[in-house]
Amino acid sequence: MKIAVLMRAVPDPVEELELDGADLDRDFLGYVLNEFDDHALEEGLLLKEESGGTLTAFALGSADEVEQMLHTAIAKGADTAQKLGDDLDPVDAHAQAATFVSAIGDGGYDLILSGVQASDEIDGQVAMLVAASLGLPHVSVVVGTTIGDGSLRVTKEYWAGITADYDVVLPAVLGIQTAREAPRYVAVARIRQAQESGALEEVEIDQPENSSGVTITGMRLPEAGEGAEMIDGDEGAAAGRVLEILQAAGVR
Amino acid sequence: MSNDILVFVEHLNGEVTDATYELLATARTLAAQTGGSVEAAVIGAGATGLAASLGGADRVLVADTDALGAFNPQGHAAVFSGLVASREPALVLVPYTSVGMEIGNQVAVANSLPLVSYCLSVDASTGLSATCQLYSGKVEADVVVDGERAVFAMLAGAASADDGRSGGAAVAEDVDVTIPDLAVSFVGIAEPEGGDVDITAGEVLVAIGRGIESEDNIEEAQELADALGAPLAASRPIIDQGWLPKTRQVGKSGLTVKPKVYLALGISGAPEHLEGMRDSATIIAVNSDPQAPIFGVAHYGWVGDLFDFIPELTERLDG
Ligand SMILES: Cc1cc2nc3c(=O)[nH]c(=O)nc-3n(C[C@H](O)[C@H](O)[C@H](O)COP(=O)(O)OP(=O)(O)OC[C@H]3O[C@@H](n4cnc5c(N)ncnc54)[C@H](O)[C@@H]3O)c2cc1C
Ligand SMILES: Nc1ncnc2c1ncn2[C@@H]1O[C@H](COP(=O)(O)O)[C@@H](O)[C@H]1O
Repeated sequence: MKIAVLMRAVPDPVEELELDGADLDRDFLGYVLNEFDDHALEEGLLLKEESGGTLTAFALGSADEVEQMLHTAIAKGADTAQKLGDDLDPVDAHAQAATFVSAIGDGGYDLILSGVQASDEIDGQVAMLVAASLGLPHVSVVVGTTIGDGSLRVTKEYWAGITADYDVVLPAVLGIQTAREAPRYVAVARIRQAQESGALEEVEIDQPENSSGVTITGMRLPEAGEGAEMIDGDEGAAAGRVLEILQAAGVR
Repeated sequence: MSNDILVFVEHLNGEVTDATYELLATARTLAAQTGGSVEAAVIGAGATGLAASLGGADRVLVADTDALGAFNPQGHAAVFSGLVASREPALVLVPYTSVGMEIGNQVAVANSLPLVSYCLSVDASTGLSATCQLYSGKVEADVVVDGERAVFAMLAGAASADDGRSGGAAVAEDVDVTIPDLAVSFVGIAEPEGGDVDITAGEVLVAIGRGIESEDNIEEAQELADALGAPLAASRPIIDQGWLPKTRQVGKSGLTVKPKVYLALGISGAPEHLEGMRDSATIIAVNSDPQAPIFGVAHYGWVGDLFDFIPELTERLDG
């Protein structure tokens, strides 16, 4: 099985965000691998191991952290990785999808995996946009796969814990929500090895153009705690107040 | 092009979902702005029988076919894309759910329409615009669409499902369905296993998120829950790590809970989590990040370390 995994760097969710006009203030923003792409990579690695196939990881070079992300993917077991462009301005999901589609080209991939969503996808989900523009069958919100006879069995999650199984004839695109196993860890030494392995290819590309027909005209940070009573003081004060609230609600 | 609003009807096991009724409510408001009507497209085996429960629409387009016995990502998307092509609605609404996520992207690309995702609200009174949630709910964005038509993927809670449920009888119209050769085939549905505590029955819930950091720390949270006589619930990452069973997950792909008190510890408040607990009578949040979106739905909040807070409250409850 020849597998492609599409990875995105997204603003670190634990960082305090600041705005600059109609965008985030990106000057000091840290980026991390989109958590769902980490699961896509894991599911891809498991399938690669089971099928004796190969895996290539792709990422857009729009953040400093991308190289580290791709080296980590190699250290975990990706055969090759491609960093698409360098120091690109962030672009919308349509432009990301189009860039991935041209990088995948007619590479003959049986399976294209990416995270179910990313936190900045205002104009659609990259995995499903890639499926649509390649005209490939797709399943999203995937929580596990099993290699079958001539097809891949894919478990899709609905809601309230309900899941459904589908048989998918490859080639296909999957939006991965959760890999069947928690993403593996890899020793820093292995990442350093990957840095020296030459498995990371830097592909020169022009700055992609936004093409979604959707424009962000303004951004706001919703007032945190608006309408909430914020409890002052230390943990003792907090616990005391919470006990009062529990008592007032009649559950204590 | 028409002035109509076309709604994708999501249904499972013979029932139209609340997410669909929310779309119908939103569509009604939008139709008043465009001067068009509300159409609902219901696709799949048994679709005919569902038309009667879609009185919130003016017209129900029924694509009843045994070839699509259950939701098929490829098949449903192809049929719905075809309907959008032939009806040319001004606005297309899909739910931002497990099902809608597959449909929205396909239909937008197939019809060369812009797609706006994570929508909290849509306005069609002058041009098309929307308010959307980004960065896991930390940012609200104002969005403008080029052109007069677009697909909108609506977040849960954007409108009241009850508003979309009301209404008289819609006119049902059978539509022709042509289904392409499908590379995706439905195998079967699995319902969650029972046998664990039922978190939807708890009067008080203690819910933990990624802030709990490690499996070893779950015990401390469990002790607090025990002191309260409350089940221990969690956000998705805790379940995905295998630290608690799936039956404890609150949110979009987990359970919806409405306890008297929901105590959220180390949960950021991503929209997918809020979807499952925002209607709790009292929400108390403890989080070290003052910007955490959970404080946006909480009634009471404390900014601080949950590892400081938990033993303090447990002690007061035991004491
Ligand atoms: C299709 C789909 C369905 C989903 N369904 C669900 C669902 O059903 N339920 C669900 O929960 N999620 C769901 N998610 C995932 C969701 O998007 C978020 O990733 C998830 O809710 C985040 O969980 P969290 O808040 O625990 O973690 P994080 O977002 O990582 O938040 C952890 C929080 O803990 C705080 N924290 C850290 N350390 C401490 C400390 N010592 N003291 C206090 N606070 C601390 C941090 O400030 C942060 O706010 C779904 C996603 C998708 C795409
Ligand atoms: N041992 C590891 N296993 C998996 N991912 C890692 C590991 N170390 C670092 N990373 C990833 O590499 C990025 C930078 O890591 P660091 O600079 O070590 O904090 C982070 O986004 C991590 O997700």
